[in-house]
Amino acid sequence: MSTFLAKLPAGRAEAALPDKKPPMSAAEAKLEAERCLYCADAPCTQACPTSIDVPGFIKRIASGNVCGSARLIFAQNLLGTSCSRVCPVEVLCEGACVLEAWQHKPIAIGRLQRFATETARREAPGLLAPGARGGKRVACVGSGPASLAFAATLALEGHEATVYERRALPGGLNTTGVAPYKLHADAALAEVDWVASLGVRIRTSVEIGRDVAAAQLLAEHDAVFLGLGLGEDTKLGIPGEDGPGVVGATAWIEDVKLRGCAQPPLGHVVVVGGGNTAIDVARECAQLGAASVTMVYRRAPADMSGYAHEMEAARKDGVALVAHARPSAVIRDAAGVVKALRVTVAGAERDLSCDLVAMAIGQSKLRAVATQFPGVALDARGCVVADPTTGTTGHPKVFSGGDCVNGGKEVVNAVAEGRNAARHLLRTWSGTHG
Amino acid sequence: MADLSIDVAGIASPNPFWLASAPPANTGDQVMRAFDAGWGGAVWKTLGDPIVNTSSRFGALDYAGGKVMGLNNIELITDRPLAVNLREIREVKRRYPKHAVVVSLMTETKRDWQTLVRKVEDAGCDGLELNFGCPHGMCERGMGSSIGQEPKLIAEIASWVKAVARTPVLVKLTPNTGDIVEAAAAARQGGADGVSLINTIKSLMGVDLERMVPNPRVGDGSTNGGYCGPAVKPIALHMVAAIARGMPRYPISGIGGVATWRDAAEFMALGSSTVQVCTAVMHLGYRIVADMIDGLNEWLDAHGMASARELVGRAVPAYREWGDLDINYKVVAHIDPTTCIGCQKCVVACQDGAHQCIFTGPGDRARPPHAHAPGKARAPVPFPFGAVAGDRVPWVDEPECVGCNLCQLVCPVSGCITMQELPGGPKQTWNERVAAGTARVPGGIHDESDAT
Repeated sequence: MSTFLAKLPAGRAEAALPDKKPPMSAAEAKLEAERCLYCADAPCTQACPTSIDVPGFIKRIASGNVCGSARLIFAQNLLGTSCSRVCPVEVLCEGACVLEAWQHKPIAIGRLQRFATETARREAPGLLAPGARGGKRVACVGSGPASLAFAATLALEGHEATVYERRALPGGLNTTGVAPYKLHADAALAEVDWVASLGVRIRTSVEIGRDVAAAQLLAEHDAVFLGLGLGEDTKLGIPGEDGPGVVGATAWIEDVKLRGCAQPPLGHVVVVGGGNTAIDVARECAQLGAASVTMVYRRAPADMSGYAHEMEAARKDGVALVAHARPSAVIRDAAGVVKALRVTVAGAERDLSCDLVAMAIGQSKLRAVATQFPGVALDARGCVVADPTTGTTGHPKVFSGGDCVNGGKEVVNAVAEGRNAARHLLRTWSGTHG
Repeated sequence: MADLSIDVAGIASPNPFWLASAPPANTGDQVMRAFDAGWGGAVWKTLGDPIVNTSSRFGALDYAGGKVMGLNNIELITDRPLAVNLREIREVKRRYPKHAVVVSLMTETKRDWQTLVRKVEDAGCDGLELNFGCPHGMCERGMGSSIGQEPKLIAEIASWVKAVARTPVLVKLTPNTGDIVEAAAAARQGGADGVSLINTIKSLMGVDLERMVPNPRVGDGSTNGGYCGPAVKPIALHMVAAIARGMPRYPISGIGGVATWRDAAEFMALGSSTVQVCTAVMHLGYRIVADMIDGLNEWLDAHGMASARELVGRAVPAYREWGDLDINYKVVAHIDPTTCIGCQKCVVACQDGAHQCIFTGPGDRARPPHAHAPGKARAPVPFPFGAVAGDRVPWVDEPECVGCNLCQLVCPVSGCITMQELPGGPKQTWNERVAAGTARVPGGIHDESDAT
């Protein structure tokens, strides 16, 4: 069977960025698992958007029941492997660990989850099997974590799930946008291939509205899930912004993850923005050997939407921060080469010399696809209006979740929303069939 | 600094810490390195007819991330020629005249025993230990625990040895027996000057589930071994205390899971004069004795005891029959909200494993149908929001708490859960109740309906 992993080009720039949290050996995992107190009504489980039974899966690692551990994780989160690496565990499960209150290091829940799911996927490929065919037919638009969770949940129950992806490679932000030192593209695609093995059909390079009409999708399926994600990087709209030397953050990360190392040396880099994507870009540049990396943020450091632990790690990588700075122009020389970013700090103009400017101030909304489905509404921000607990939209057959609904949260939130929509359908259908 | 010197059955030692007869006391080189590290004595690995051993020999029980909570071995007595051992014993005594060198012995006939005793005493040992305990291998040949399980044989062989011995004789007892005091009494009847216990417990360490062969595996099979290490300490303490209580002032050298000065102090408080250590040395090396010496010294100083001898037997009077315990004594659990980390292990333990009297959250709770106390369990008001655990801090329904200790035992935070004394009735024991006719044996509290 041809895999998506096999379609990934070799010699990608991301290879220069090793895992920040490397995999655990079996012995390490057992030792760490033994440290878990096995709390009752555990705060880590409460903190998990997908409500994984954390003490339960850790106890199974400790006992040597790794497949049972993985099965327990997948019961709540079929993308448990990427979540184990991508989740901001510091503010979720590990942040809730009671050991922290005792001045002990929290249990390395993310790394244990990675150990369990990767080990089980490797050693027990048939751990989860697609259900018997003959159920309903569902389609997903977009192949990111929300869609994959939706499709896989239904496929395991015997329903026919097809995922449509307009890009050549599936996986959404896991493949193209998550910082490589958290999750490399090859690991993301290996997970997509595993999801496909659960009975999910994935069709890439198919754009809804261009190659397949929304009406046709609706006519041929019992339900359609919109897991659209977000669009292009937003621009600031300042002079000099268009042209070489100014990149959008997610587009640049995609380059690092999917393309080769042919880029010129990074030189001095300025990153505009204060969110987690801005921090990711800054850290990647620093780790890839940029001469300097400076983040430019318009408000106070405390106002940044990026996680404090990520910013702390960025500082350790050598990233500087200029706060209260408002960019006003990209300065280029006569040949059009970027020389500086002009900012206003405390009423005074300053030119921050640089060779590359990365804009990480958000992504646009993909309004065009959603509105092809009658009854599906967008809110004022351009987000699809859907119930986060059921995924229901204004069209009875259309469901939605993930970044296109929540405006851009964590992978684990997208998984929860996709899974919730699928569970809602399963409940509805089982009710229908009495 | 307190005086750590001690003697057991007339064998003098600079401190109570001895190597047990086992792999750490197999050779003269080992014993001398142990003495250099601080050990006060050593019981030489059992001499007799040199044997042949298997490969492999040991198995361990790990628990909750900790290694070697229990150790099992199927190694037999010495595999080295007697002449070599005797030469090394002589050398050790010449170089370490003040240390206690006791030699463990195991052989068969009266003539063999008496010959062996003369030879090792001629080598200069300070005492003898008769190995009536090994529960593996040697017992199949009519030695080891097959002697220790038969009081008449204990007494008889002890008397053979005593007939020729010039140094004190300890009998090493096996725990694989019904009544350890009967075995100790047999040793005394045979003239032994004291006992050492416990030898290892007959055990199978586990099963290799892929091969379907128990551990430790010797090719395609295994055999029962002798179990020792921290896991056996409570069994050993009970047997030591039973002899100390049943045979007052009969010398005891305690063995079984001693790994720290505190373990040693507990054995001594229950009647041991010296302690013997094997597993902890096999796990961590001779160096552990430095802390044992330090720690015991500190403890004795802090408790105003000038000599380790003052500690011996201190806790024996408090070891009683159940019927002599005060059944009006009352404690209840108290959870300190300022140190609670909110793991709620106590809640699960109490609800599933004890008496259903620990709850979470504010508001009253229905007591289970079998509760002793009437009405509802009352949550503290205002609710004790914890310093770190917030409203995850559990609370104790004190009227229903039976004071079982379980919550305190499972709480990971030392000192967070304490058992607090409540005023009970005047001290009264079950035996007093029976004697007074207010309770009867067997059974529970006198039931009026039974009387009619």
